[in-house]
Amino acid sequence: MLDCKSISSSELIHETFRLAKQYQDLNCFVTMNEDRGIKKAHSIDQADSSHSQLSGIPMAQKDLFCTEGLRTTCSSKILSNFIPPYTATAVQKLEEAGSIIVGKTNMDEFAMGSSNETSYFGNVHNPWRKGYVPGGSSGGSAAAVAAGIVSAATGTDTGGSIRQPAAHCGITGLKPTYGRVSRWGMIAFASSLDQAGPLARTAEDCAILLNAMSGHDLKDTTSLDVETPDFLASINQPVKGLKIGIIKEFDLGDLDSEVQARFEESKNLYEKLGAEFIEISLPNISASVPTYYSIAPAECSSNLSRFDGVRFGHRADNTEDLNDLYIKSRSEGFGEEVKRRILIGTYALSAGYYDAYYKKAQQVRRLIKNDFEEAFNSVDLMMTPTSPNTAFAFGSKGAQNPIELYLEDLFTISSNLAGLPAISIPHGMVHSLPSGLQLIGNFLQEDKILNAAHIFQQNSEFHLAKPSMEDF
Amino acid sequence: MTWETVIGLETHVQLSTKTKLFSRASTTFGKSPNTNVNLIDCGLPGVLPSVNKEAFYKAIRFGMAVGAQINQTSIFDRKNYFYADLPKGYQITQMDLPIVLGGTIDIEAGDGIKTVNITRAHLEEDAGKSIHDEFDGYSAIDLNRAGTPLLEIVSEPEISNAKEAVAYMKAMHQLVTYLDVSDGNMSEGSLRCDANVSIRKKGDLELGTRTEIKNINSFKFIEKAINYEIKRQIKVLENGDTVTQETRLYDSSKDETRPMRSKEFANDYRYFPEPDLLPVVISDAEMQEIKDNFPELPKGKEARYKEDFGLSSYDAQIIAASKSMADFFEASAENTKNFSLLANWLIGEISAFLNKDIIEIHESKLSPENIAMLINRIDDQTISGKIGKSIFEEMYKSGSSPDEIIKSQGLEQISDDGAIEEIINTVIQENPSQVEAYLGGKDKLFGFFVGQVMKLTQGKANPQSVNTILKEKLK
Repeated sequence: MLDCKSISSSELIHETFRLAKQYQDLNCFVTMNEDRGIKKAHSIDQADSSHSQLSGIPMAQKDLFCTEGLRTTCSSKILSNFIPPYTATAVQKLEEAGSIIVGKTNMDEFAMGSSNETSYFGNVHNPWRKGYVPGGSSGGSAAAVAAGIVSAATGTDTGGSIRQPAAHCGITGLKPTYGRVSRWGMIAFASSLDQAGPLARTAEDCAILLNAMSGHDLKDTTSLDVETPDFLASINQPVKGLKIGIIKEFDLGDLDSEVQARFEESKNLYEKLGAEFIEISLPNISASVPTYYSIAPAECSSNLSRFDGVRFGHRADNTEDLNDLYIKSRSEGFGEEVKRRILIGTYALSAGYYDAYYKKAQQVRRLIKNDFEEAFNSVDLMMTPTSPNTAFAFGSKGAQNPIELYLEDLFTISSNLAGLPAISIPHGMVHSLPSGLQLIGNFLQEDKILNAAHIFQQNSEFHLAKPSMEDF
Repeated sequence: MTWETVIGLETHVQLSTKTKLFSRASTTFGKSPNTNVNLIDCGLPGVLPSVNKEAFYKAIRFGMAVGAQINQTSIFDRKNYFYADLPKGYQITQMDLPIVLGGTIDIEAGDGIKTVNITRAHLEEDAGKSIHDEFDGYSAIDLNRAGTPLLEIVSEPEISNAKEAVAYMKAMHQLVTYLDVSDGNMSEGSLRCDANVSIRKKGDLELGTRTEIKNINSFKFIEKAINYEIKRQIKVLENGDTVTQETRLYDSSKDETRPMRSKEFANDYRYFPEPDLLPVVISDAEMQEIKDNFPELPKGKEARYKEDFGLSSYDAQIIAASKSMADFFEASAENTKNFSLLANWLIGEISAFLNKDIIEIHESKLSPENIAMLINRIDDQTISGKIGKSIFEEMYKSGSSPDEIIKSQGLEQISDDGAIEEIINTVIQENPSQVEAYLGGKDKLFGFFVGQVMKLTQGKANPQSVNTILKEKLK
């Protein structure tokens, strides 16, 4: 529409801010970028030059990407006053492609959570049902897209934080290969697992967004020095003959029968389109969750040391000495879940425990990676449900036992451990809430999963379903 | 009871790279606080380290010079602890796989040479600086130093006394400055060490409990701190007590060591591999390039000075011992031909002044051009050696050139024989009794006449001419 000038960038951005206000009860934004956003839209309308696909497109940015001059909180009290003097590479690339930052989206504090309930700025509602979680940690981004406020958003995925909220909100979310998108300016949760990616309505839109976000960055030594293919050009290939792996060790029999049913229907659709299903074995995959919950907290305990009240962020008043300043600032600044993970991670790295936890976990991680490598010799991609469940009511999970929530990530965590790309696409409703289908690709083969997802969406209408929004 | 001391040194060498180990900020010393600091050094959220390969090249050059094994793949670890001048809450260092493994360094011990084994040398980033006395009630943090590359060189516990420890540090200083891996400036903290000291009964094989004296930054303090610590530990042991393993600080104002507060060393550093950095690999081609561009070391210079400049072994060795002196000698030698006179001056008069101020020649106001000019003026007899010394004193103080000083003070030597003869005639006329005594056989009076001539010319008369003419006149 922007292309044929039936609507101007300014009109679009005004409509976006109007919707954001109309649905502010969703609580998906922590900070809005109204003045600068409108200004940019105006300058795009003024400019005569040809537009890129993202030119003038309003986007929501997860509040974990640093944005110059725009408050970046990680949904934490400890950063509630932090205005970065620089912009994350991923966001900068999207901005250079012409997209406009609408605002910064709510999330689980420091991306630690699967329900967006750990945010200092309050819960985000699932647009499909008020009082239900949108998933997490990129809950605000997923809700903003699902509610139709924006057509695209960024997220980050450390153990499922893009895919699980995408599934719970009925949209498409892609976690690229580790290193595909620069981590510069992305506030770290677990450095070896974190990866930025897009959330949008369709796989096609995700391909456009990934084109813009990807690329080697000298400022991130872990970003891969590889050519970025045109992901949009490689979708729309027939899936006839495509070999899809079903992971034997994931026993779907325990899942809700409706989730099983949607999964079977999705299989049938792919079979109808000519794809072939092969059972594969990933012998060590059952160790994914404990492995993840040793490595991620260990890295987080160290990554979050810089939040000490000395140079930026929340600093406690009335402190006696340096140690007291640390203890009070951090005790006041971090929420429960963040503290829990710092404690777990500190323990896992402690003298006498390092070998049993962190080191062992890294060894198991290597085994899991090897399992995937081996399995990808016989399949093109793998398919699982994104989440064992659909969205749940606020407070209904994890309050007594955090492990209950950690199991939300059962199907998503292993691709982070192995550094592989994976996408979640809507595949129908389970008890009137969206359910997600996950496609896992081999190293650097985002093109294959984007293509398979796109073909699925060409032959189904699940991704077109929108929440009524009547409660908001 | 006879006691035996065992010392191991951990030397921290600041590498002389233009920018920091993991950021592009400058490493220049002495800038106003927090100006050599960028996003990375500040530890802002979301920033990541990037690698400065120059630091790796310098570390490898050091490793090659001590004959060590070089690990071409460098892996980094995080050392976690909280301190206000450590922005990230962890230091990036090398735990499991140091870039340099093994090697030896020769030191002067007693009347011979002792070879000390090096355990390892690893790369790490320096911390910032805490300033506690400038703002009432507050501590200030200066992050200029944060992220400066350090090479931490760990010796085996093979050093037997404080003098050897000093010799080890001097050898280290010579090596790192020669290799151009560090400016070696101890007062600016470019070279400093921690000393691990323990005492055991002579002949015992097992090591005694050690203490670690932290952050000693001068040769003098190394000797004093270790000697204090040796005496202290012997006293503890002779009283029947045991030495506590602890970290101690040397207080130069009281000349004593004392324990640091316990919480500063009771840390579990929770080392783990740095996930923000991929392994850094130095290629064979890069290794070859380092070898091909290896700087000349003292032994090579000594030989060359004898060969090319005709210096004596003694002169060549002394000049080559210090990188600063050797550089100065070579630069001066470009502007003079009298190399042995130049060497004499550098070793004698000039070194005496430098030693008094405890500075190296590149830190003084002297320039190689001016020293060469001074040597030339003495060589071409514009001035005498004696006048040369007073001119030098002025040069040392003000940094002026000798020609300026000679001109402004009218110090040119009188080499005109006619003029000298006139003055000698005056002296002979005015001292008839001495002339008589001299001619009567009192040879020693010759010096008296020279002195009189010099007095009248304010020392400017060419001494050789004075001698010749005087002898002629007094026949």
